Amino acid sequence: MSFSPRRRRAALYQIGLVIGAGLVLWFFVSNTAQNLESRKIASGFGFLSREAGFEIGETTLLAYGAADTYLRALGVGLANTLRVAIIGVVVATLLGTLIGLARLSSNWLMAKLAAVYVEVMRNVPLLVQLFFWYAIISENLPGPRDALSPLPGVFLSNRGFAVPMPEAHVAWWWMLGALLLGIAGAIGVSAWARRRQAATGAQFASGWAGLSLVLGLPLAVFLAFGAPLAWDKPALSGFNFTGGAVLSPEFAALLAGLSIYTAAFIAEIVRAGVLAVDKGQFEAADSLGLPRRRATRLVILPQALRVIVPPLTSQYLNLTKNSSLAVAIGYPDLVSIANTTMNQTGQAIEGIAIIMLVFLTISLSISAFMNWYNQRIALKGASR
Amino acid sequence: MSTLALPQPAGARGALRWLRANLFSNWPNATLTLLALYLLWRMLPPFVDWAFLDAVWSAADPKACRAAKGEGACWAFIAEKHRFILFGTYPYEEHWRPALGILVMLALYTVSALRRFWRPRLALYWIAGLALIGVLMWGGVFGLKYVENERWGGLMLTLLLATFGLAVAFPFSILLALGRRSQLPVVRGFCVGYIELIRGVPLISLLFMASVMLPLFLPAGVSIDKLLRAQIAMILFAAAYLAEVVRGGLQGIPRGQYEAADALGLSYWKKTALVVLPQALRISIPPLVNTFIAFFKDTSLVVIIGLFDLLTSIKVSLQEPAWTGFGVEAYIFAAVVYFVFCFTMSRYSQGLERELKPGARAGALRDA
Repeated sequence: MSFSPRRRRAALYQIGLVIGAGLVLWFFVSNTAQNLESRKIASGFGFLSREAGFEIGETTLLAYGAADTYLRALGVGLANTLRVAIIGVVVATLLGTLIGLARLSSNWLMAKLAAVYVEVMRNVPLLVQLFFWYAIISENLPGPRDALSPLPGVFLSNRGFAVPMPEAHVAWWWMLGALLLGIAGAIGVSAWARRRQAATGAQFASGWAGLSLVLGLPLAVFLAFGAPLAWDKPALSGFNFTGGAVLSPEFAALLAGLSIYTAAFIAEIVRAGVLAVDKGQFEAADSLGLPRRRATRLVILPQALRVIVPPLTSQYLNLTKNSSLAVAIGYPDLVSIANTTMNQTGQAIEGIAIIMLVFLTISLSISAFMNWYNQRIALKGASR
Repeated sequence: MSTLALPQPAGARGALRWLRANLFSNWPNATLTLLALYLLWRMLPPFVDWAFLDAVWSAADPKACRAAKGEGACWAFIAEKHRFILFGTYPYEEHWRPALGILVMLALYTVSALRRFWRPRLALYWIAGLALIGVLMWGGVFGLKYVENERWGGLMLTLLLATFGLAVAFPFSILLALGRRSQLPVVRGFCVGYIELIRGVPLISLLFMASVMLPLFLPAGVSIDKLLRAQIAMILFAAAYLAEVVRGGLQGIPRGQYEAADALGLSYWKKTALVVLPQALRISIPPLVNTFIAFFKDTSLVVIIGLFDLLTSIKVSLQEPAWTGFGVEAYIFAAVVYFVFCFTMSRYSQGLERELKPGARAGALRDA
């Protein structure tokens, strides 16, 4: 079999590329090996099981002390990253949807305010916003002794935000069980209603039935236990608050910055998604006699979501990656703890490899989800 | 006729009609309007008092600012530190050089924004402009004093990182985008791997890599200074994002164009340079500008590895004991500077997008 000149050239190019890349890689690897040897740094991940020896300010999800290992410290960092990212995604989505809809509002003032919000937030770097919120909290709020109290039991001070939390009670676990049961019941009811409608055409208000199951069952359990609700209120003791839940200034600034910044992008995505639904679709739903709410749920939303979800997930991914800016204001996220670890042990390559691996895993899982979702919602029969 | 003409109802005219249609069309709308007005009334006057009326605009002594703390903003801080914030630790008597450099950069941006200049010759203007900036900043020739780049800083450094980053990353990104759409599996694999790897990790990790790992990669004795290392990381980062935008443009070219070029017997490189790229780049300009904006904002991250950009010089100024505690004013100033640049670019890109819309494209292409 003879090769055409074209294919021979293609093969030559590719072999050249592989050899070139290999040479560059070999150059870097051999230099690195030499440098590490001359600096007496042992490579490898053995350092992970050594004692970390530094304290971490924020250990809400995993118990940790200075005597624990580097591995555990990095675990705490990852937990902190996920904590701020997950809460941030929820807050940013709610805020962004509201603002996106406000920008479409027929109310001129609302639309303008939303537009100003979007333009200002999108055009100022996130890092500047983070520094700004952090400066507001740590420089301009009063100390714990004369903390602001906008609501009873809520205290804002330069040591963070203290909010009351309900005291733990055994009834909660039963309520959680009841909630799961309610969700399962709601899914069952809606599946049954759909089958019945397909078979007989009779409709059933499965939405309301499901909602009352999901909310009603936990409420019934709550009342059956005699409504045990005691609040653990923050109180000033010494120089700081004890009791309740305290959000550190770092966490509060990071959460505010990430959610407010990302909400501006989400608002634009939501707006574009709603605008992307053709006017004819609204009119068609109207002429079928669908009530406003069902038209939204059955006609408008499915089409808008098809446009909204892909860029929305990439915003979620951006928010997660941006949470690494925590290192600049001292919130102990994964990057910040990896940075401390690198400074202490000199294991720069391993530290950066860990950061990259974690973020790559997160982004690849989100893209995998995206592909699955896109296939699910793809226009059925579009290829016809 | 005229007897039939009735006067318009009083509420249907001018300002009143506008108000009713846009602010008070129904009860929920009216409630929202009143709520928004109430919030504005609660927030705007105190803000105006703080930021303008009660503000301290200039003060030789920070004590005046301390006295006004809480009631008025301390813009005197900016007035006092503006040279440092703009130019960092660049020798004071040579500040005209970075100032001129900033003007050259702004001129380059303006020229690139004008469609009249969208020709291959633009690349020459850029090379000449960047060389001029290099001469101005480093000096050492034409009787200019040599200034090592450890002393570059402030807004100048932010603009430099963004400008040089984009100028180098852009050609690189075109190659990556072409590679990602290439027929050759190995080339395609390399480009996909590179783009996805870079886009999957935060910029911080690349900057850390540049500041701690890159020195390990080089032979003993060879060292690259910190600014250049950060610049390399920013270029690698920008190239991956720009490549995806260029790829979008390549995908927007109708297949007939490729086939027509093939039918003419053009080689791959001729086809790319003469037929595909001119069209693809033109349609990807608006999204490219959006990527530029994101990249410009991202240059602020170098503060984390301790480079002396706009944000770092502000932070350093704040560390001076006399001026601690004025962070809010300082960051509002930084936000305004970034906003002016980014908002201008985003307005430009929106205008361009309207002009280059499919309907308008034929005319736009003819004008250019």
